[in-house]
Amino acid sequence: MINIENLTKIFDTKQGVVTAADHITMQVPEGEICVLLGPSGCGKTTTLKMVNRIVTPTSGRVLINGEDTTQQDTVTLRRNIGYVIQQIGLFPNMTIAENISIVPKLIGWNKKRYTKRASELLEMVGMDPGTFLKRYPNELSGGQQQRIGVIRALAADPPVMLMDEPFGAIDPINREVIQDEFLKLQRLLKKTIMFVSHDIDEAVKMASRIAIFREGKLVQYDTPDDLLSHPKNDFVKGFVGSDRALKRLQLVTVEEVLDTETAVVKMNDSLSQALAKMDDAGYERAIILVDDARRPIGYISRSVAQANQGDCSKHYANLRSVVRLEDNLRTVASKMFTHDATWLPCVNSEGILEGCVTQRGITRHLGATYKAVQ
Amino acid sequence: MEIITYVMSNLSLLAQLTLEHIALVVVAVGLACLMGVPLGIAITQNERIARVVLYTASIIITIPSIALFGIMIPVLSVIGHGIGYVPAVIAVLLYSQLPIIRNTYTAINNVSPGLREAARGIGMTSMQRLRLVEIPLSVPIIMAGVRTAVVMNIGVMAIAAYIGAGGLGVLISRGISQSDPRQLIVGAIAVSLLAIVADTLLLALQKRLTPKGMQS
Repeated sequence: MINIENLTKIFDTKQGVVTAADHITMQVPEGEICVLLGPSGCGKTTTLKMVNRIVTPTSGRVLINGEDTTQQDTVTLRRNIGYVIQQIGLFPNMTIAENISIVPKLIGWNKKRYTKRASELLEMVGMDPGTFLKRYPNELSGGQQQRIGVIRALAADPPVMLMDEPFGAIDPINREVIQDEFLKLQRLLKKTIMFVSHDIDEAVKMASRIAIFREGKLVQYDTPDDLLSHPKNDFVKGFVGSDRALKRLQLVTVEEVLDTETAVVKMNDSLSQALAKMDDAGYERAIILVDDARRPIGYISRSVAQANQGDCSKHYANLRSVVRLEDNLRTVASKMFTHDATWLPCVNSEGILEGCVTQRGITRHLGATYKAVQ
Repeated sequence: MEIITYVMSNLSLLAQLTLEHIALVVVAVGLACLMGVPLGIAITQNERIARVVLYTASIIITIPSIALFGIMIPVLSVIGHGIGYVPAVIAVLLYSQLPIIRNTYTAINNVSPGLREAARGIGMTSMQRLRLVEIPLSVPIIMAGVRTAVVMNIGVMAIAAYIGAGGLGVLISRGISQSDPRQLIVGAIAVSLLAIVADTLLLALQKRLTPKGMQS
């Protein structure tokens, strides 16, 4: 884990003394991603670069896994920290294999070991070693290059990684893909990571914890959900955006708000039975129709059941949409708006009904954290 | 044509003078590289010293070669080498400094900051960064500087004949003093041809030394 104590950086410029980072104190627990977030010039990058001493601290210290790094030799320190930068920085005169193997080579691994490691890492990011090991950086796309940048940082298996807006130079579409891939990789590797970003959405997506910086000071350090539901002051409120409730939605999956006790009707049930079930369950508007395997087929609306007689199989309306257990609530809200629905059935990977998610259920979940504080 | 007859009947002399000429230039420019490349790398560390060094080198190159040779006669006579190949090699060495130092300095400074930061950040020492990244990336531009030096100094070395250094300039100087247009023309063409051939060969070498990842 990373422990930052009163880390400060003061620059002497022509315009006077500038405090780029002011007594920053924070901890990054092991295996977590901490995103340093803030506007330009807030001190997030300076703080990051003081951890591997690209920028020399004016005062304060950094402890990695309990060891005070101010005593360590700079070069050794850096070889034990993975470093990924926005400009990617793959060495154009070296092959991909040589780029990936550079730190292991510097610390003395033998050829067999680092060649094997390079192939392993390429496979982890879905790039075929046979094709890519002998290529040169200028033959790769930006997204591919940055993947190599990330695995180059992982090559010597450092406990800690520092990433400075690593996906900033990649186009927005590929950026999402590579963010998802990185999160998958992190679930496997569980590195302790400090990640600088200026994009609140990226932070909410990637972080276990977000540290908001402003003019050199650490303003708030919380989990994404806490940050979005309890921004400390107007600056943070403004920074996270006035749509922060919607942003919170992407942090929750359907599974967490699912109402599993869903009453249903079957094809052979009559409309009056459907009505009775609706009353029992307290459904105001409709009830879901399922087949024998409990797969949702459609719904019977109350008005139709009241106005007609007969079997459900002849009077159902088609489902507007379904959601899956692993969908996040932002997707659900989007579907609700698209299909003008206040509720949606949830199915598992076999298409079998697991329950129902309602607008009210979502609001209740969001509100619960507010009430907890009060 | 008289010229062709002259060439045919003096092939061994031509060969000898050409080889002398080549040897003089190779030694001089070779020494210039040994001196200029490290100097070019060193001055990347200090802006002010860089400016002084580059300024000095560019002043040297403005001195006409005849004048430089002339100055060296009394200076080097002290060690008994006022004329001959020593002042010739020293003069060419001095003239080669500007293209070699400047190209080295520029190439290394132009290595992109992103690469430099990546090299530092992953834990390379400054020497490792120079050896593994900055110098390999600078080789094409340094070679271009060497080519400039060689081609320019093939011409300068022709003048060195006047201080007894030998080489193809001998034909030119004899042609002038003996009013023999054959020697004059053969000498002049030979120097030009040599320059063209040298440039072509060095260009091929430059391409071979360019790191594979940088060939577009």
